Amino acid sequence: MRYLRLLILATCVALPALATGQPAPSPDEFVPISQIPPEEQIPAINLVAAAYAFVWLALMGYVWSLGRRLQKTETDLARLERKGQ
Amino acid sequence: MTTAVKAQLAVAAAMFAAAPWVINAAPHEATMGLVYKIYFFHMPAAWMFMVAAIVSGVASARFLFAKRLASDATAVAAAELAVVFGLLALVTGPLWARKAWGVWWVWDARLTSSLMLFLIFVAYLLLRQFGGPGADKLSAGLALFGMANVPFIYVSVNYWRTLHPKTSVVPLWFCVTAFLLLFLALLKMRATLERQRARVDALYLSYDEA
Repeated sequence: MRYLRLLILATCVALPALATGQPAPSPDEFVPISQIPPEEQIPAINLVAAAYAFVWLALMGYVWSLGRRLQKTETDLARLERKGQ
Repeated sequence: MTTAVKAQLAVAAAMFAAAPWVINAAPHEATMGLVYKIYFFHMPAAWMFMVAAIVSGVASARFLFAKRLASDATAVAAAELAVVFGLLALVTGPLWARKAWGVWWVWDARLTSSLMLFLIFVAYLLLRQFGGPGADKLSAGLALFGMANVPFIYVSVNYWRTLHPKTSVVPLWFCVTAFLLLFLALLKMRATLERQRARVDALYLSYDEA
């Protein structure tokens, strides 16, 4: 019991010291644009172009994939119906 | 593919082709500048993501409780579209946030609940693909949980004061209409695919038994 109390006391004393010794956390929340170092800033046009290109390509890819799957199923269905007649 | 679906796809494609000019004509937002233009595609994608989740949830409820087997095809179609539009929203959002907030991602209420909704529908599709017998009912239950998440995402901006701007301009509604037309056309195409797959499976089964 005595050792347990000592352990709790030591933990209580050591925790604040450990907490203050932690390195500064990396930014994971809102950072004002004026505080971002210039080397980390990305031109807005690159981000806008990337966003629009991704949406266009993803949607065209999905429409193409859906059309291909539909065509394959229609072929299978027609083949099976012919087989059944 | 019916004529109505082809017409919807054609109109949506024309609107998407015209969208850059319409968006370019929109005024710049005072504080965010050019990067604000991402919002004209990000926001409609996010709305279609939520609409798809609601459609999948309602269709799943009809399948589970009213025993309407046809609704299952609609639920699967809407779940796949929730993943597609969710991916668009989750990719374009960080591209905007990097410039507007200075970080790619923050664990705020709206972003976290959107990611959760996306993962629920990814789980739905995985369950349909690999779940075996009974997966249709299990996945329908999952879609109901997904639909229940939608109101939290919608009200999160006001309730938790997250860092999303509010916008209401004509180009935004132009893009919303384009996305909605595309969503409806894709929903019909994907539901048709699911019904045809069910017919193919039934035919295979009947030949095996014969």
